[in-house]
Amino acid sequence: MERERVLSIRDLEISFDTVHGKAAAIRGMRFDLYRGETVAIVGESGSGKSVTMKAVMGIISNNQHIDHGSIRYSWWDEKGQKRTVDIAKMSERDVRSKICGRHISMVFQDSMTSLNPTVTIGNQIIEGMLEHYKLSREEAKGRAIKLLEDVGIKNPEKRFKQYPHQLSGGMCQRVGIAIALACDPDVLICDEPTTALDVTIQLKILNLIKKLQKEKQISVVYITHDLGVVAKVADYVCVMYAGRIIEKGSVEEIFYDPRHPYTWGLLSSMPDLTTDSPRLFAIPGEPVNLLHEIKGDAFAPRNPYALKIDFEQAPPMFHVGGKHRAASWLCHPNAEKVQMPESLRIKIDRMLKGVS
Amino acid sequence: MGKDMGRYIVKRVLIAAVTLLAITFLLFLLMDLLPGSPFNNEKLNEAQRALLEHKYGLDKPFFVRYWIYLNNLLHGNFGISYVIAVDQPVSGMMASRLPITIRMGVQAMLIGVVVGLIFGIIAALKKNTWIDTIATICSVIGFSVPAYVFALFLVFFAAFKMGWFPIRFAIDQPVFSSILPTLSLSAYIIATMARYARSEMIECLSSDYITLAKAKGISEQKVIIRHALRNTLVPIITVVSPLMIGLITGSVVVEQIFGVPGLGQMLLSGVQNNDYNVIMAVALVYSFLYIVIMLVVDVLYGFIDPRIRVSGGKA
Repeated sequence: MERERVLSIRDLEISFDTVHGKAAAIRGMRFDLYRGETVAIVGESGSGKSVTMKAVMGIISNNQHIDHGSIRYSWWDEKGQKRTVDIAKMSERDVRSKICGRHISMVFQDSMTSLNPTVTIGNQIIEGMLEHYKLSREEAKGRAIKLLEDVGIKNPEKRFKQYPHQLSGGMCQRVGIAIALACDPDVLICDEPTTALDVTIQLKILNLIKKLQKEKQISVVYITHDLGVVAKVADYVCVMYAGRIIEKGSVEEIFYDPRHPYTWGLLSSMPDLTTDSPRLFAIPGEPVNLLHEIKGDAFAPRNPYALKIDFEQAPPMFHVGGKHRAASWLCHPNAEKVQMPESLRIKIDRMLKGVS
Repeated sequence: MGKDMGRYIVKRVLIAAVTLLAITFLLFLLMDLLPGSPFNNEKLNEAQRALLEHKYGLDKPFFVRYWIYLNNLLHGNFGISYVIAVDQPVSGMMASRLPITIRMGVQAMLIGVVVGLIFGIIAALKKNTWIDTIATICSVIGFSVPAYVFALFLVFFAAFKMGWFPIRFAIDQPVFSSILPTLSLSAYIIATMARYARSEMIECLSSDYITLAKAKGISEQKVIIRHALRNTLVPIITVVSPLMIGLITGSVVVEQIFGVPGLGQMLLSGVQNNDYNVIMAVALVYSFLYIVIMLVVDVLYGFIDPRIRVSGGKA
């Protein structure tokens, strides 16, 4: 079956006005999402993961601007026609009324704070339906109760009338998922959906999203810095650094054969119970200051493997086999072959053994 | 919820009764400790003064007087005035003044809260624009200028110079002539409300549930009305009861400036003349009003915020 592209971001540039000047938050982003697939975007705080996805939903604040690029979203309309729009060119109002909730929706990090404390669970779920489908309250209520059952909430009739503070954190996140799925979207963006939950609930929520994804044939984007989550759910992984994707590929490619030194650092800093080292690895240095123009590879100053050219010219995306791409001069055919750090090699070998 | 709410209100009313009792005692004690007497008339000699004090029972011991006063109070008797309107019952004096003061207070409160909220919310929605700046400047001025200064300014400008409004309150034009005193009283409330509403609204608009509401694809107006407004109101309601104090103290002065025959004026002349029963009665009425408002605000709280609803649903 041919893969059907739902979302395609090209050359996206987003900048923030700050008191200190203009900060280039997203610097030429390229991203694709296909129907039914799961892509995880990983990267440290401030790398631009959330900003990109909020731009997809048209939720950008007054001081943020899309300077360049396109965010194309394609879907099949009621008549079976394929349609495509460029969200980056649409007004905020249009994105809100035509795309948000109906086609692309979002599950937020902390459902305890993302649910309105003064509105009942039920009303928060049906709100979107009333807006997009013009349903009657009864119809909407019926659907909402079905949804609450789908996301594994017992006693949906009773929960429908309750307020968020009467529910546990895990249940709130289930409600958050129900809200996101209320209008049958094609794309579900999950912004750190499990960070605020305890570990036992995390797995349940991830499995729930996986199950619903299969049932409804939707595409899911995970924004996360938890590589454990990535390994569990994603088909593909994009690693972001300083507003750009610096490595992408299938989960296996990224986890078992990482090429970019930043990805090496990320994987090395993943806690590991079987390790012999008493210290947890951390990537040295600090994230780049996006207020200054970045010359060359943004990661170069923190990169022990940086070449001279890394400080002069930004690396293009090198094709490194399969679906695997990496933006590092180390991948250039003429570059001296550099291997990943020994400790990471051992870690990955151990992971591979664990899998087989 | 109804039953729990009923019990809660009964409890609050009982607490209010105890509070009022404590207030009567404190007031009584304070007036006893203060020097002077209602009969500080220079024309009176010692013997005459003693005679008058004996006539009104002021020569009795403190606790006996207090007991008699309480007893009378329970029978709805506020006593009689010694000086302002000699031998007239205080309750009769208040009956004509209370409605005027209450109406002016309610007017000022309503105007203050509504206008203040509107200003604050507009300023929040237009954050960092010239509209916001102007609203902020106005509220800083309103916040820092006392009610009587504002009242004098209005008297001079709107009444004396321009002649738009009467300078003094007139009982035959109760609405028109109450505009200036109402405005003077509400300026502070508008300013306070606007400040709080602005900061609460800004905080509210940056919260996660507003982002979620936007992500649902709901129009901006609906996001603000359904999700932001109600959550903005919750913390603002708490400000209302302290504003009441400002309103009460402000009314004493403002009534004096505009010659409004209200309770504030009565309190002031009562204090000037050591008219004990008048002071007691007015102070008690003010305390009573304040306690009632606090109770109403607390009950209102529960209606707006389900989390504070007194043992509402069972989770």
